[in-house]
Amino acid sequence: MALIIALSIWATGWWINAQLANGPQSDSRTISLIIPIIFGATIIAIWQVLVTMLGISPIILPPPSSIAVRFANEIPILWADFEQTILKGAMTGYVVGMIAAFAVALLADRSEFLTKGILPVGAFMAALPIVGTAPIFVKWLGSDWQSKAAVVGVMVFFPILVNTVAGLKVSSMMQRDLMRTYGAGYWPTLLKLRLPAALPFMFNGLKIATTLALIGAIVAEFFGSPTVGMGFRISTSVGQLALDMVWAEIVVAALAGSAFYGIIATIEKRMTFWHPSQREK
Amino acid sequence: MNIKGIIPALVVVVIIFVIWTAAVIPMNAHLTADQAQRDGFIMTPEAPRDRQEFLGLTLAIKNPEIITMTYTLVRPRLPSPHQVAIEMYETIFTKAPTSRRSLVYHAWVTLSATLLGFVIGTTLGILLAVGIVYNRTMDKSVMPWAITSQTIPILALAPMIIVILGAIGIQGLLPKSIISAYLSFFPVVVGMVKGLRSPDGMQLDLLRTYSANANQGFWKLRLPASMPYLFASLKIGISAALVGAIVGELPTGARAGFGARMLVGDQYGQPMVTWAALFGAAITAALLVAILSFIERRTLARMGMGATA
Repeated sequence: MALIIALSIWATGWWINAQLANGPQSDSRTISLIIPIIFGATIIAIWQVLVTMLGISPIILPPPSSIAVRFANEIPILWADFEQTILKGAMTGYVVGMIAAFAVALLADRSEFLTKGILPVGAFMAALPIVGTAPIFVKWLGSDWQSKAAVVGVMVFFPILVNTVAGLKVSSMMQRDLMRTYGAGYWPTLLKLRLPAALPFMFNGLKIATTLALIGAIVAEFFGSPTVGMGFRISTSVGQLALDMVWAEIVVAALAGSAFYGIIATIEKRMTFWHPSQREK
Repeated sequence: MNIKGIIPALVVVVIIFVIWTAAVIPMNAHLTADQAQRDGFIMTPEAPRDRQEFLGLTLAIKNPEIITMTYTLVRPRLPSPHQVAIEMYETIFTKAPTSRRSLVYHAWVTLSATLLGFVIGTTLGILLAVGIVYNRTMDKSVMPWAITSQTIPILALAPMIIVILGAIGIQGLLPKSIISAYLSFFPVVVGMVKGLRSPDGMQLDLLRTYSANANQGFWKLRLPASMPYLFASLKIGISAALVGAIVGELPTGARAGFGARMLVGDQYGQPMVTWAALFGAAITAALLVAILSFIERRTLARMGMGATA
């Protein structure tokens, strides 16, 4: 019975989406937004139906409705965790890592030799499991948010560094010659030509770093934290088998991650409006 | 990479090691001073509490005799490079690979979960990408979610996946692999969709003039054209898969694997164990990416795309 209802929900959702996607208006903004929403709603509805009708234990998979209730009831705790992990841990680390990466990139940029060395080494470091440094930082800086910020700082450093160094190289010889004919020295050339030209690359690094920042802040809390924070809450709630709470934290993490990415993407749009990838299609 | 490119990279690596070696002195100065006092040396200032007020560097300058000792501390805050190297040498080469104390054993535990997850994730990712490219409804419904999911810290799900699967009786390799698969899945989907769409209208038209059917279009044009994109995503996917397997070992009290070693070293005050596991994981990641790069270069060269890669 449950399977039949689930299948019919799926069929209905799919049919509506098929109509919309193959219809005449399918590329318009609203339709492009509605289709994934219907798809998501279908999945949640099927999840709800299957879990409640098949009597799956909430210890294994809580239904979306109880996650929503839990979310609404626990907003103060969720907010405190959000503040601890995202605002203090992830954001501080992100900003520090970003400034450090920009500074090192600018320093390295003065020397052709260093630039050549930093690109491969940085790209290599970016692929390493830097999350593993979390226990070391927790030992050094204590279990509060400072250690999380340090982990995040190191994690976001390399992708931002590599992209900034690569970005500073994109202005062409012709453009740099033009600046020289204007009598512009190193700093005017940097500020008026090379940094603006590097912005699309820098934002690419910054966008990659948003997810890394959240991952670093949450995972570092698995190694030790005060009794607040999203990673702490997830690991203790898993221990108490309060899975609806875990899911509520994951909803917070998802919202925070998308919002963070969205903010960076919006700033990018404002600052690199001239770049081909940002022009209205 | 040619020889000319290696020298600058080496210089940067040397700089990193020099900074590390220099940092050992201030980081360990307090611990070393405490130890030296117990061994009968006379420290200035004498009370450990007074020493806390000085920076590590000032302390080392005031007591120059401890500088060399900072490099040989048994439980340092920051081990020196040679200490980590010795620990890694001992745990890799002098212990039998099947022993619990061998790093090779732990590497294999993590690596097997990583590879299994990577294969699962990549296969599913490629299949979904094909579906997205050939089915408009799927494209419109799933693609926005695949992209959004990359902005979400999916890794936060790891402890729950382990516990849920444990509750229904699945333990050991598979739960970690599922996390790995999950993490490597989305980069592959996004990359493959881009790759399968990379042939332009002209090339698709040409195939149509040859009266090629959809099947031939896929095998002879779209799939080969997607290879550079596939390899780029595979390299992201394999390092994500390794991180997933390591994090999967953290919350469950796993007894083996890099993640377990990091946790053990952390909890039992054995910093060398943590550092060795960290470097072991880094070397494993580097090897995996290097192997993929090698396959990439060989494949693309044989396909005549070597120059563009």
